[in-house]
Amino acid sequence: MRYARPNTPDAKVRYESRYDNFIGGEFVAPVKGQYFENPSPVTGQTFCEVARSSGEDIELALDAAHGAKDRWGKTPAAERARLLNKIADVMEAHLEELAVSETWDNGKPVRETLAADLPLAIDHFRYFAGCIRAEEGSLAELDEHTVSYHFKEPLGVVGQIIPWNFPLLMAAWKLAPALAAGNCVVLKPAEQTPATILLWAKLVGSILPPGVLNIVNGFGVEAGKPLAQSPRVAKVAFTGETTTGRLIMQYASENIIPVTLELGGKSPNLFFADILDHDDDFRSKALEGFAMFALNQGEVCTCPSRALIDKKIYGSFLELATERTKQIVQGDPLDTRTMIGAQASNDQLEKILAYIDIGKKEGARVRTGGERVRLGDGLEEGYYVAPTIFEGHNKMRIFQEEIFGPVVSVGSFDGFDDAIAQANDTLYGLGAGVWTRDVHTAFRAGRNIAAGRVWTNCYHLYPAHAAFGGYKQSGIGRETHRMMLNHYQQTKNLLVSYDPKPMGFF
Amino acid sequence: MAAAPPAIDATPAALALVAALSERHGPLMFHQSGGCCDGSAPMCYPAGEFKLGARDVLLGHVGGAPFYIGGDQYERWRHTRLTLDVVRGRGSGFSLEAPEGVRFLIRSDVCAAP
Repeated sequence: MRYARPNTPDAKVRYESRYDNFIGGEFVAPVKGQYFENPSPVTGQTFCEVARSSGEDIELALDAAHGAKDRWGKTPAAERARLLNKIADVMEAHLEELAVSETWDNGKPVRETLAADLPLAIDHFRYFAGCIRAEEGSLAELDEHTVSYHFKEPLGVVGQIIPWNFPLLMAAWKLAPALAAGNCVVLKPAEQTPATILLWAKLVGSILPPGVLNIVNGFGVEAGKPLAQSPRVAKVAFTGETTTGRLIMQYASENIIPVTLELGGKSPNLFFADILDHDDDFRSKALEGFAMFALNQGEVCTCPSRALIDKKIYGSFLELATERTKQIVQGDPLDTRTMIGAQASNDQLEKILAYIDIGKKEGARVRTGGERVRLGDGLEEGYYVAPTIFEGHNKMRIFQEEIFGPVVSVGSFDGFDDAIAQANDTLYGLGAGVWTRDVHTAFRAGRNIAAGRVWTNCYHLYPAHAAFGGYKQSGIGRETHRMMLNHYQQTKNLLVSYDPKPMGFF
Repeated sequence: MAAAPPAIDATPAALALVAALSERHGPLMFHQSGGCCDGSAPMCYPAGEFKLGARDVLLGHVGGAPFYIGGDQYERWRHTRLTLDVVRGRGSGFSLEAPEGVRFLIRSDVCAAP
């Protein structure tokens, strides 16, 4: 089926023509009165205007957050959990609406937002609602009369800067643990994809006490920077790229506050020879695992964009994998049969095409794709790229840089040691994939690859309760697990003596 | 020190944007990003905004503004020659041009075998 485009008859989604900031529990116009146009990558056409905020708006949001933090931080965990569960319930009741909106704002296929983005985001609120109920401090009996208590306290007010590739899901990854732990949040969505989170705020905003959640829109340099620099935030969480990551660490160093960063990768996907031993479900699953580079148009920090294939099966595996890739259905993102939609923005499209160009210049061979796609039916100006397979070697730039498009660079390895050496020959260490029928190979490879997440005989699963985060230049911190609570908590130690007698020093 | 850093140059459109931005924001600097989302894109800041590290490499100047890249990334890019261009876009990160509705972009040529 095909969903009606937003703002047309029968559409699941009706956008307002203009969206303000969400501050202190209400929608507030930006202080300077400026707005920016928000286009849909599906058609390239603008569909709403969004507040173009400045440092003044960030200050208003921080005022609201600081006003709410004491009460929210002292709200019982059971009550905070109840409200997070309520958010999840409302999202579930509006799942289709939010999924269609996410597709319209980001360009990703609706089958993905229906099956992944929304269910995962909903579950994330429920997961952290559960975690905070089970959270405990600790105590240690140091001697007969002396007890050390450790209490977990919220940090207070935190800043969060969200990327555009999974706008609502990435917001959920950051908001759920922060709110569960008792923090108030000022959140800056990506300027490419602000719409769904504002639609979401209209639905769930009144569930939380005013000031607990604040959403300020605008450009990085005008709104994100004053948030990251503010001495009034106790922590900054950011997902993005390395230069901005370094800049955020520099700002944080001025205020001596912690950061968590997720900065991407160049994830290797290793295919060992025994995959082809049998023509069975597992072989088909491994081929699907190869084609996963096109999931979300390749706009995933863990895109398996370096496929390394055992040279014993290189030719035959790549032939099968190319066939599987050619079966990926590209088309209208609102059609539930579509597997790959539009890139999120024009500059993203241009960057991918520039990388396809450098790949060709470096001597890599295009096996399939390698070009922009012009779809019909009003989608001519949308940002579509054909799934692209390059053959080359690991020193090429297309093997070393995250293209953030549906582009995989394929090379071969000769034996286990070479496989691991090539897998680790990268600046990054966020994700990796290992495919083999041999448990010994699977375990050794997983432990030897320097990456925070090694999918073993699977790929692109993002369940709550499996820690996600980077080694090397891929960042700091672990999301999607209860350990993320630690990144939003302070530890208070009460060291208590129950001995009425003097210590005897003086 | 092995080979000299690859040259960085700029298209006329990029140079015009650099000139317009420096009129508004004063002296500028560039740092080439890596990683996800807006990674692999050049970032433009007011001069001195981004604190350089010991291993950042100066590739050259565009419109008078110094253009840097991280040392590790430089090792993987050194066989290519870079050209700063500009395209219509929505940008991100804290790069100065994003509110103008345009985005700096790097195009590359190969100048040695990788």
